[in-house]
Amino acid sequence: MAEPVSKNHIVSALVENKPGVLNRVASLFRRRNFNINSLTVGRTHRPHISRMTITVDATRQDARRIQANLYKLINVIRVEVVSNEPHVSRDLALIKVRSDDADSRNQLTELCERFPARIVDIGPKVAIVEITAQEDLVQAFINAVEPIGIVEMVRTGVVAMGRGVRILDTDYEPAVPQPSGSIQHVY
Amino acid sequence: MILTGAEIMLECLLREGVDIMFGYPGGAILPFYDAMSKYPQIKHVLVRHEQGACHMADGYARATGKVGVAVATSGPGATNLVTGIATAMMDSSPIVCITGQVPRSVIGSDAFQETDVTGITLPITKHNYLVSDISELAYVMREAFYIARSGRPGPVLIDVPKDVQNQKTEFVYPEGPIRLPGYVPPSSGVENDIQAAVELINQAERPIILAGAGIGKSGASEALRALAEKAQIPVALTLLGKGGMSENHPLTLGMMGMHGEAAVNYAIQEADLLIALGMRFDDRVTGNLKTYAPKAKKIHVDIDPSEINKNVRVNVGIAGDVKTVIEQLLPGVKENSHPAWLNTIRDWQEDSDERDIINRDTGGRLLAAQVIHDLWQITGGNAITATDVGQHQMLEAQYYPHLRPQTLITSGGLGTMGFGLPAAIGAKFGRPNEEVWAIAGDGGFQMTMCELATAAQEGLDINIAVVNNGFLGMVRQWQELFHESRYNSTPMFNPDFVRLAEAFGIPARRVTKREEVADAVNFARSIQGPALIEFVVEKEDMVYPMVPAGGDLHAMIRRPKPNEE
Repeated sequence: MAEPVSKNHIVSALVENKPGVLNRVASLFRRRNFNINSLTVGRTHRPHISRMTITVDATRQDARRIQANLYKLINVIRVEVVSNEPHVSRDLALIKVRSDDADSRNQLTELCERFPARIVDIGPKVAIVEITAQEDLVQAFINAVEPIGIVEMVRTGVVAMGRGVRILDTDYEPAVPQPSGSIQHVY
Repeated sequence: MILTGAEIMLECLLREGVDIMFGYPGGAILPFYDAMSKYPQIKHVLVRHEQGACHMADGYARATGKVGVAVATSGPGATNLVTGIATAMMDSSPIVCITGQVPRSVIGSDAFQETDVTGITLPITKHNYLVSDISELAYVMREAFYIARSGRPGPVLIDVPKDVQNQKTEFVYPEGPIRLPGYVPPSSGVENDIQAAVELINQAERPIILAGAGIGKSGASEALRALAEKAQIPVALTLLGKGGMSENHPLTLGMMGMHGEAAVNYAIQEADLLIALGMRFDDRVTGNLKTYAPKAKKIHVDIDPSEINKNVRVNVGIAGDVKTVIEQLLPGVKENSHPAWLNTIRDWQEDSDERDIINRDTGGRLLAAQVIHDLWQITGGNAITATDVGQHQMLEAQYYPHLRPQTLITSGGLGTMGFGLPAAIGAKFGRPNEEVWAIAGDGGFQMTMCELATAAQEGLDINIAVVNNGFLGMVRQWQELFHESRYNSTPMFNPDFVRLAEAFGIPARRVTKREEVADAVNFARSIQGPALIEFVVEKEDMVYPMVPAGGDLHAMIRRPKPNEE
């Protein structure tokens, strides 16, 4: 039997917007020895539901195990290995680059024409470029910018969505009335 | 009706059918304890250490199938529960732990006796809650019991800040179905999978059923027996599966795995089909996965989908309640007999009998195996036994065949020493009309022996067997086999267990000879209230057979035959 191939999988999960959910998911990955490459979380159009996108290096078999284990968490409502089917994925990076001479500014402008990137802030010493693209293209851009001189960088991690009419959604409304005046918990 | 948070908690417990709690009071849980005087229907058992409360709730749950309840205060009270919670988690035992927490206004300030117990217990609970407002309380209580007992059962912890216990609100019990969209335990198997499994069963020539804890938990004993009898399939048991099929049934083979019967392990390695029912292919069951059951196709039925294909890759995986799934399989399974296969297994069993220490003259030495064997004979195999962990535990599994499910209460997954005595106390409260024996080694017994006081205070009619070999016996066995008999930190200085018990007002006897065993056991049985027997047994005894950790299941270290010694 051939060794199972490990590759990057994208797992999307709809979770209840409750305190501690991020902790539960992170704890699960650590406990089961799954390696997270990136994890993002944000609200959805439904007030009580957040969506997590987790990328992991895993075999197809492991990706299924991750799915089954995520389903064991009470606050996790739906899970899909998005990367098993056609999908759109995006990563966003903000990169602060040296721009203290004409040469660096020219190089930067040129790169922003070749990549889906743009300069969002520029001053006498540094500029901030933003790129939103597939993860590998973001990485290629970072490599291209590197020689100019990166001084600071932040990435959001991958978000993804299945193509077409495959929809990851829920019509869940919580049973417990939200206590009046209490603070809505964000992660 | 305007009630306090504490009163709402007790109202909810009543509605869950709770009539007993095991706990220990303290500052942050005091409002809850204060409210107890208004709810005399719920008995509270004062333990001597919160770990004991958790094990008692666990023992109660395992003996009755109902949810056990443990109560502790914040900080050290809550952290003392941790071993008990992890024990319940590993063995899928339904318990609800209620802990007090410091008031909300000081959470996060490192207040006196504050600890983040929901954080600490997150990976060892099925779910847990920090109640942030009284309006959630009734919902949380209800969800907690539902989650604990349904699907694959497990421990749920509810952390309630002291000021929430004191808050007041109009109490309306939330009726109607519980809505947990992220929690849908499977019930029946998918029809295609059922058909595929039936085909494998009907084609198999050397099938074997591996029955685990799921049989007892889902009440599948009858269905299992029907399946085994219809197709004449032998049944091997996991440690926690013991009693799932009556062990005096001719098709029941006994325990599998590291200290399983040799015949059972050989059968698994030679089988052409494993039918795994409510078990999880623990490493103590499989040994080396690469050489495990190499000739067998595999069917795996478990209520937890994440167990399927976790350790062992299977041909047919069915996520569902094991009783429901067996009943789905039954109509399609053809009557069969497998005479050659059953004969092969019988030959292996005869070889095992020949090696068995119980069939030999041991020249006056008292062996732990004999103690368990005699205890089994005298109690007719009908007692509920709660064991600790180690040699005596494995010997219990080998020499105490159980006739009914939920009568062996033992920490299988976590292997928690100190479990036996408190678990026996919980079991006796749950099944007051049953004979209950705590069986512990001298090592584990000393971890939770403070609960002797609990048993004495309650006048609880349990029997306690301390099997004393003056060693941490199983660790010593590993040292002898794998570390050239360097007995580092395994010899024990022990108290005088008889005088110790008597100090608690508990009648006790010491046994040093085989011929004294029956008398002492009957003495303990005749006492109304707790009684303790210390059995002073052979110091350097071994549990055979043994599959070394990670070794091949068929490559057991076995007791030599009498003529080979």
